[in-house]
Order: sequence, then structure tokens, then C-alpha cells
Amino acid sequence: MSTVPNGLGVDKVHIWRGDRHVLKGVSLQVSPGELVHVSGANGTGKTTLLRVITGLLQPEQGTVTWCARAINRSRSEYQTRLAYLSHEPALKGDLTALENLRFSVGLKRRASLEELRETLKRTGVAQCADLPARVLSAGQRRRVAMARVLAMRASLWLLDEPFTNLDSAGAELMSQLLQAHVEEGGLAVVVAHQALQIEWPLRRLELTP
Amino acid sequence: MTVGAWEAFWLIVRRELCLSFRRPEQLFQPLVFFLIVTTLFPLGLNLQLSLLRDMAPGVLWVAALLSSLLSLDSLFKSDADDGTLEQLALSGQGLVVIVTAKTCAHWLVTGAALVLISPLVAIALNIPSFAFAIMMASLTMGTLTLSWLGAIGAGLTIGLRRSNVLLSLIVLPLAMPLLIFGAGATDRAISQIGAAGALYFLAALCVFTCTLAPFAAGAALRITLE
Repeated sequence: MSTVPNGLGVDKVHIWRGDRHVLKGVSLQVSPGELVHVSGANGTGKTTLLRVITGLLQPEQGTVTWCARAINRSRSEYQTRLAYLSHEPALKGDLTALENLRFSVGLKRRASLEELRETLKRTGVAQCADLPARVLSAGQRRRVAMARVLAMRASLWLLDEPFTNLDSAGAELMSQLLQAHVEEGGLAVVVAHQALQIEWPLRRLELTP
Repeated sequence: MTVGAWEAFWLIVRRELCLSFRRPEQLFQPLVFFLIVTTLFPLGLNLQLSLLRDMAPGVLWVAALLSSLLSLDSLFKSDADDGTLEQLALSGQGLVVIVTAKTCAHWLVTGAALVLISPLVAIALNIPSFAFAIMMASLTMGTLTLSWLGAIGAGLTIGLRRSNVLLSLIVLPLAMPLLIFGAGATDRAISQIGAAGALYFLAALCVFTCTLAPFAAGAALRITLE
């Protein structure tokens, strides 16, 4: 079994969806300061892999470890260390951007409203802080969701298509945030169809049908 | 600084209450349904007052069960649809805490509100005021139990189409003891016979579901999140 002392280890993970063998023995190791770019055609199991890494989905075979311990054995502790950006921005339309952050980040760590406003400013949506999320554009919602990832101060980022709906400035900002995260010793697994524009050595994992 | 389970519980309760008050139409829907159904009986049936009083406990309890059921479907569904349920599940707080907080908040805006307006309905149904205390106590325990039964059902049916129909089929048979003993307690209170036996049974059911249902609902949620 391959484990990483201070990082994430995915060892020969298999997932079936009915008769379809979605993940066929996928292995992956991510150490602090490393970014893994997962790519592949549609339906090759990229999102499934991320869900397995989060612990939301149990692999039929194989293991996922965090700091050399199976994530099932310390699920709560592990999940406080990760931040997941899914396809959906996961925002409540009736709450403001700031309230959305307050109620989701607040479950992981204590963060003041000023700090959350500052994080929204970093992702370029400070002006949307007090607007209901339902009136925001898809790109603005994506930026608010990214602000949530930042505000969680998690060491492991799991990002599923983070560039979707972002304009060129937004995509550049996202790349900068990713680079800053790994430079500070963070870990990231990013599912993206396009090449990542970051000046940092990254590893690629290509999933095949 | 990590966040404790109590702190997380209150944060989720506040979130749920905040969301409920931002959507007043959803908040008032079960209450208006409860009021309309119970007032239709005295209006639609040309009953004698004594007959209406005899029917009142059953009418009151059936209306309370159905109106509570109306909002159960949305307990986890909207969070599952917009992806926030995944974020809650990944908060590191444990699904039992999340389910408990969401169910308590759901009961506060449906069950507790229904209990508070029940005296108004009781007057329309000619229930004497001396029976109000027992009626409200039985409804409090009954609606809380129903919220917990509903949480298990809602957890199991999140991802299904026409989940509200299946949810009713799961919850209503389990709610039959509530109806029998809840209506029985109210009936006995009206007739001024000791209602303690029925109330004790409701209390036992309430304690049973409040202690075990969070684990069952958490497990149901974990299964459907996969």
C-alpha cells in the first residue's frame, strides 16, 4: 500500500457504477507543496475520483489515506483539513454571499465577518458580499465558492473544474490562488479540461475510459 | 480554531431559521393548510356541536400530520439539489449533528408553530379550553416524533423522483401510533378522563425517536450521498 507521511495517498481505487467500471485501480500520491492536475475525457471518473478522495464515496476496492492513516478511521479530522469545490457552487440563493460563507466556513473554523469580507475581496467579489447569491452571475458565484475554499484555510484543496464560468481575469486569479496555495506548502488535486497556467511543477494524471 | 459540535449545531439551526424566514411562503404553507383543513370540517359538515366535539381530536391530528408531512420533503432536498448538503457533510461535524440541527430547526418552524396555533383551531372545532394543555402537549410530542420519522424518510428519498409520494408511504404507516395515541389523549382530555396513559406512550415514542432517529437519519443521508 502506498501512503504519504504528510499527505494524501490514493491506492488502487476501484469504483463500479452498475456494470460500468469507472475507476480502474487509480493510484495517486500528493505531498505538501504538490499539485496534481487530473484530466481525461468526459465520463472517465474525474469527479468520482474527487468524491472518493473527499470520503463522500466509498471505494469498492483500494484505500485513501491522509498522513498515512485511512480516512475512514479519522473522517471528521480529515474533512476539517480539506476544502472541496464541486461542479455546483453550493450556495443558498436566499442567503447573501457573506452569509453563505459565514454558515459554511463557520462549521470548520471560527472566522470573523471582517475576515470573510476580506476573502471575498481577494476573489474580486467584495461588492457582492451583501447581495443574495441568487442575483449573482455564474462567474460571481464561482468566485464566492472559491472564497469559501480560501476562507476554510484547508491544507488540501480538491477543485472540480474551478475555471468553469470564469472570465479570463477570473481564470488568472484562480491560477494565482492555486500557485500561492502550493507555494505555501498546501496540497491540491484539480480536475480541469484545460491546461493549468501556473509556474509551479505539477503532476498530471490522465484518466482513460 | 476548530468548531465544537454544539457551536456547529446552533450555527446550522440559525442558518435553517434564516432560510425559512427568507421564504415566508414555505414557512406559512403548512400552517395555512392546517388552518384550512380543520376549518373546512365545521363549515362543510352541518354537524351538531356535540358531534363536532367528538370528531375534533381525529380531525385535528389528521390535519396536523398531513401539514407536517407537507414540508418534510424539503428537509434535505434543496440542500442536495444545490450542493450545500455535500459541503455540510464535508464540514467535519458528523452527519448526526447536521441531521439533528436541521430536524430541530424544521420542527421549530413547522411543528412548534402548529402547536402554537392549535388553540385557534381547537376553538373552531369546539374543543373546550380545559383540554388545550393536554392537546398542545400531545401535539408537541407528536410533531417532534413525526419530524424525526420524516428525517429518516427524507434522508432515504433525497435523490428519487416523486420522492414526496414515497416519503408519505414511508412515514404515514409509522405515524399511525402517533395518531391513535395523540387523538386518544385529546379525546380523553375533552371527556375529562385521565389522559396520562396516552401521553406517557407519546412521550416514550418521542424519546425513542429523538435518541435513535439521528443515527438512522445520518446513516440514510450517508447512503444517499454516495
